[in-house]
Amino acid sequence: MITTDILIIGAGPTGLFTVFEAGLLKLRCHLIDALPQAGGQCSEIYPKKPIYDIPGFPEILAGDLTTNLLEQCKQFEPGFTLGERAETIEKQEDGSFIVTTNKGTKHKAPIVAIAGGLGSFEPRKPPIPNIANFEDKGVEYMIREPELYRDKNVVIAGGGDSALDWSIFLTAIAKSVTLVHRRNEFRGALDSVEKVQELKDAGKINLITPAEITGVVGDNHITGVVISKNNEDEYILETDHFIPLFGLAPKLGPIANWGLEIEKNAIKVNNALDYQTNIPGIYAIGDVNTYPGKLKLILCGFHEATLMCQSAFQRIFPDKKYVMKYTTVGGVDGFDGTRKEAPKAVVKKIN
Amino acid sequence: MKDITIKITDREGVLHKIEAPTDMAMNLMEVIRSYELAPEGTIGVCGGMAMCASCQCYVKSDHELPEMGIDEDMMLAEAFHVKDNSRLGCQIPITQDLNGLEVELAPES
Repeated sequence: MITTDILIIGAGPTGLFTVFEAGLLKLRCHLIDALPQAGGQCSEIYPKKPIYDIPGFPEILAGDLTTNLLEQCKQFEPGFTLGERAETIEKQEDGSFIVTTNKGTKHKAPIVAIAGGLGSFEPRKPPIPNIANFEDKGVEYMIREPELYRDKNVVIAGGGDSALDWSIFLTAIAKSVTLVHRRNEFRGALDSVEKVQELKDAGKINLITPAEITGVVGDNHITGVVISKNNEDEYILETDHFIPLFGLAPKLGPIANWGLEIEKNAIKVNNALDYQTNIPGIYAIGDVNTYPGKLKLILCGFHEATLMCQSAFQRIFPDKKYVMKYTTVGGVDGFDGTRKEAPKAVVKKIN
Repeated sequence: MKDITIKITDREGVLHKIEAPTDMAMNLMEVIRSYELAPEGTIGVCGGMAMCASCQCYVKSDHELPEMGIDEDMMLAEAFHVKDNSRLGCQIPITQDLNGLEVELAPES
């Protein structure tokens, strides 16, 4: 069981900044995220895109913002449970919460801060009628264990980085790799596209474009996919695995069943006070919450995180007197023993 | 500057005739969101960068639309339920020329 003071669901910019603000109050944080890396949308969808409305940064790439936020909060030693989705929440008799992920990892904390953005990122599944019958029977929407594909025939569909990168990677493991895409052009990074071209020329990747997979065949396990070229020429290509890689889309998911008040796919919070939900001890901050006048902006998430941490402190220590301290005055004392502080003024006498 | 009229068929098949401003730098996705014709979180997920296809729509009238950019083209190449008249709403700015435009929202995916 992982225990912490504030359990943050979602490791996007708002969740990461919460670690910093909580750390100033000497509260420890642990973050859960369905993605394998921190940063949320900033790292998953648009790491190379510039953002122009982060105060103090005339321009910053979303990926760099994530790097900076991780650097800013690192002395507060946040814990991470990545690649797992928060599934259930149970309130304990002592008022604390236990949150369990889809992989069974349990986390206990007196405060839960949901900073889940638009939800957890789930693979987009192509609308092939019988595909659901073959999930985990040869159809996988993400590659968890590459060894599964050793000496197997694999068909990958998609035109972005993950389709290209996995096609390249699996040539070293699989018996055969076929990449199917609706266009001759690919959206991925240029060097990946060039590498696929190289492997195609070397006969290591079987490239089928422009084409689409319109069906899956097999009994208990997939035995082939139906490939359609220009919607005319349909044929079955035998394969042991079919891996559709069409990116990820966020879904609010299990959080929607936690008994929280939901409005327009977002969690209602008390914005007059502390961004707490209808369940005391559970807060919602950033894009995942809603209140009158809500704006889904990173900078609003930072503000919400800051106020939420003050309220969390008072919930955990109801009898403690507290005053807010400016970091310029009080410095930053990390849990790792480091201290940042303003340099002392040098006084020199004039004779 | 005048508002224009757009006919939008939502994902449930309901037709909405709405007024859209031409002087607010809005795109079609934003107009659809502002009228709440698709649930929040199911449209405009990437914010309008042509990076998610959640605002895919079918253009049913023969208005001349801005030419498709490479980002939009490549995103549609990976989207589902794509037809010849598919466009991403976020890549269509609302201009006077689009008065009377008719579109249908593509299914959620």
